[in-house]
Amino acid sequence: MVLKASDISEGQEFSEVVAENLTRTQIVQYAGSSGDYNPIHTDEVYTKEVAGYPSVFAHGMLSMGATGVAITNLVGDGRLTKYGVRFVNQVWPGDTLTTTLSVESISEDAGEFFVDLVVSTSNQDGREVVRGSATAKIDP
Amino acid sequence: MSEQFPVEAGHIMLFARSIGDKNQIYYDSGYASTTEAQGVIAPPTFVAASSQFDEGYSLRPKIGEPWFGSGKAATGVEKQEGGSGGLHAEQHYEYHRHLRPGDILRSVVKEGEKWERESKRAGKLKFSETITEYYDQNDELVITARSVGVVTERPIDQ
Repeated sequence: MVLKASDISEGQEFSEVVAENLTRTQIVQYAGSSGDYNPIHTDEVYTKEVAGYPSVFAHGMLSMGATGVAITNLVGDGRLTKYGVRFVNQVWPGDTLTTTLSVESISEDAGEFFVDLVVSTSNQDGREVVRGSATAKIDP
Repeated sequence: MSEQFPVEAGHIMLFARSIGDKNQIYYDSGYASTTEAQGVIAPPTFVAASSQFDEGYSLRPKIGEPWFGSGKAATGVEKQEGGSGGLHAEQHYEYHRHLRPGDILRSVVKEGEKWERESKRAGKLKFSETITEYYDQNDELVITARSVGVVTERPIDQ
């Protein structure tokens, strides 16, 4: 399903839970698929005793990837033209992440329609972990 | 990454699983062929996996070399400073098209700006920006990535 400009309006919000009780195993899965084996994500002993954090934590790119699931589920596959985020807080094992996408603007350029989204993912305490924006080509 | 990054179907499937994405377009070629994309594509953040093919990448254990993560001791190297080492502060992508299995990417990396600022939670923060352009087997630019890394003076207060 591809998003249609005629079905949305500026200010409209869409929310999706993109991680529920995030597991250390999923973080390890992401280490394996991405190739980022930094022990701060995969090695509790190192992270506590050497890096000085209370536990391992997720790769920023895992939170960006999970956030991207909500975006592609909304706009459709292969439709993103831009996607960028800042990692504003760490994501920890046990976190439940909800992504909210707000329609910032809908535009037309030479007969093609685009949507600009404000992207925000927060944890179960309402603390924002990822903040950014995305642009997608949508249908009329 | 000066080496080639071959985009493979199995790798896309594993990557999609790891970000919690069950969309069939990332693993089911039969289904994917019936969609607008006309085949399997990669999730938007898939180029993060290019580090798998980066010979010099420091965050992957190298066979026969010491690794800084734990073994018998909490770290496998003699001198390991506290703090986080590097963390990822920002990531931005611009898609000229989406990746498909069979693509073979090469990248051109450019150093961007560097800046510093003080923070209450982690002391001095040193930021550095990297711009990576990914080109396909036809020398077409497919993805432009801008990454900002940060080195913190101390672990971030929780």
